[in-house]
Amino acid sequence: MSSCKRAVAWGRMTIDDRDAQPPVEPRRVATSPGPRQTSRDLERYAGLFAARTRVMKSSAMRDLMALTERDDIISLAGGMPDTKSFPAESFAAIMTRVAVDSCARSLQYGPTEGLARLRGCIAEVMAEEGTEIHPDDVLVTSGGQQVIDLVCKTLIDPGDVIVAEAPTYPGAVPTFCSYQADVIQISGDADGMRIDELERTLDQLERDGRRPKFIYTVPTFQNPAGTTMSLPRRRRLVEVVRQRELLVLEDNPYGLLRYEGEPLPTLYSLDGGDFVIYLGTFSKILSPGVRLGWSIGPRPVLEKMNIGKQAADLCSSSLTQFFVAAYFASGRWQDYVHSLKEIYRRRRDVMLDALAENLGPESCWTHPQGGLFIWVTLPDYIDTTDLLARALDQHVAFVPGRAAFLDGRGASSMRLNFSGVGEADIREGVRRIGEVVREQVELYGTLTGTHRVVESPAEPVPTEPDLDLADVLHLPRSERRGGRSASEG
Amino acid sequence: MTRIAVLKGGRSLERHVSLKSGARVQDALERRGHDVIGIDVGHDLVQRLQQTAPEVVFVALHGRDGEDGTVQELLEALGMPYTGSGVSACIRCADKVIAKNHMLDAGIPTPDFFAFNETAFKELGAADVLPAIEERLQFPIVVKPAGQGSALGIKFARAAKEVPGALVAAFSYGDKVLLERHVHGRDLAVSVLDGEALPVVEAVPREEDFYDFEARYEIGRTQFVCPAQLAPEVTVRAQELALNVWRVLGCQGVARVDLMLDDASGELTVLEANTIPGMTDTSLLPQAAEAAGIEFDELIERIVDLALRRDHSSPAKSSGLT
Repeated sequence: MSSCKRAVAWGRMTIDDRDAQPPVEPRRVATSPGPRQTSRDLERYAGLFAARTRVMKSSAMRDLMALTERDDIISLAGGMPDTKSFPAESFAAIMTRVAVDSCARSLQYGPTEGLARLRGCIAEVMAEEGTEIHPDDVLVTSGGQQVIDLVCKTLIDPGDVIVAEAPTYPGAVPTFCSYQADVIQISGDADGMRIDELERTLDQLERDGRRPKFIYTVPTFQNPAGTTMSLPRRRRLVEVVRQRELLVLEDNPYGLLRYEGEPLPTLYSLDGGDFVIYLGTFSKILSPGVRLGWSIGPRPVLEKMNIGKQAADLCSSSLTQFFVAAYFASGRWQDYVHSLKEIYRRRRDVMLDALAENLGPESCWTHPQGGLFIWVTLPDYIDTTDLLARALDQHVAFVPGRAAFLDGRGASSMRLNFSGVGEADIREGVRRIGEVVREQVELYGTLTGTHRVVESPAEPVPTEPDLDLADVLHLPRSERRGGRSASEG
Repeated sequence: MTRIAVLKGGRSLERHVSLKSGARVQDALERRGHDVIGIDVGHDLVQRLQQTAPEVVFVALHGRDGEDGTVQELLEALGMPYTGSGVSACIRCADKVIAKNHMLDAGIPTPDFFAFNETAFKELGAADVLPAIEERLQFPIVVKPAGQGSALGIKFARAAKEVPGALVAAFSYGDKVLLERHVHGRDLAVSVLDGEALPVVEAVPREEDFYDFEARYEIGRTQFVCPAQLAPEVTVRAQELALNVWRVLGCQGVARVDLMLDDASGELTVLEANTIPGMTDTSLLPQAAEAAGIEFDELIERIVDLALRRDHSSPAKSSGLT
């Protein structure tokens, strides 16, 4: 009945869910060409689809995620910055400035690599993080997401290997899949990607005669884990890729949103731009609505990406490029980032407090020094995809951990966002999550005869990297990072 | 031309699928020249129905509220004719446990099972009876929520240690779960339209392993064959069983009955009946209808006609057992 139940569900799934299949054998009763709405139509289209669409997956989880957008839901599932704090008067003033100074040009096509004045702004943003670049080397893109797409377009043939983190940015997964990449995920811990595991994996790939094309990492305030790659690991990663002549795609949307601790150098600045392709974006420091990101990296790679971008969209929006340039000219962008940091820092603290208050000792979570996300890991008998159904009943939502893996891992984890909702909602949302988790823990205790669950994933935290902690689901925490360390719990 | 409201969406976990079903139904009815009002079901449902005063309501909701008799009860109260089964049949079908008990009483074969609510475990020590259940059902055991209409929450416990986790998962979707004997075999579905069985559809998994997570959560691993390639007597038997279920559960208009054909014994068993089968491009009912020579638009028109012809003065909710 397993598969039948599945079939039942799939029978109700949508065309884009199943259209990746090859046409069904023509065993179905053949009739004369009928009116338009027949299931044979589906097969006609399916016969035209490219092979890559077979791995462009939809899922029951995606359907569930669609529910998290209901307005009666406290959604900790989003990844959105809070754009409500941007003053409408500033917006109007900037747009007026664009209209007065650059009306015709802002309505016109622009160069593929982006407007010169915007690239100047980008150099300014990167300097703020201690990375010196020349504006001429920048490729402006339509959001950071386009950089991921263009890097894949430039480097990936079907079957090529991409090495990513475990967990990895869920939004990169469909991109990797649509280029038919073989994605291998390397575990992380509180100090980011495990470079020792990376090296072992690279060795194994070499023995198998396979060479990964690039390593994808969000080293700073990672999405979804919230962790940051330590300086020694950054150095080692750069060494490793230089030795092996591999590329790294450094995805850094959140670097400027640091709420505590000392800033770390970007991989790009450590490497000098030989083997690191850098991805930046205005989405989290200004607005995702302007759809502007950028890339900088080895010139031959950027040139191919430029050609890829010409094919994709000719150029990014001139209008929003002029908007951002005018905004930067007003000289207050750092103040705005600062104000965002204040808001997010408080929200993060509220969420961490709420987690400590509402989740029992059998759960653990990361303590991000910046960014937008906290990664929570529950006892391994709780599947967060199922838990989401119960949470939705309580009008609260999160991202189930599986979304960040391609291999079925992450079942007991969830990603919580603290940037997109207010403090009161964060408190209430986490309280509700705590409640449904408590119910599940109690139920499990009843079922197994142990009212307190014995195996807790929160092990005492090692100060040195521990080789046994390769399992990412249980991101260990050092004292300063610990949400609820074993000693506290 | 008839003024028809199409109810879709809603707040169930199957909202997304329902929106697709509903949109497709709306298109079909519009092509047929009807005056169609699409309603995404929410707090203002009754208000909108009263304002628009449809002559008939097409229920294209899936899952909670839409399929469990709630919306049907509202429509009864409003005195509006609606498609598909009445309140009582919806109640019987939406709860797999009630449906299976009715089948057992009527002598319709359904896989052996036990069902409990959370209270049984929390307050009556039901956990202690799990070993006996495991002994009786044998592994793997299917654990599923009684009320969930999609594959969500269905787990396969291959050993005793996997049972508690599977139960916890199933209880995420509702208060009642069932543990069911796993039937290894072929997945069949028989749609019934106005008391007539349509050709059998077989769902053929494209992967061998039925149990892995990916197969459950990802689409595109199943293909459908209609009519199913079965021995003639098996087809007849499957259709007979479906009609029996239809009668016993008191279905009206249209329904879909899901069955298993056991590889080893050749025996057919009924898993459940669905009072609101999916209407998307790839759903089983439209495929079965098409195989019977009924194109989609015609199918929808017939379902509406059946609703209009149904005598609502003898309340369908009093008893579907005729």
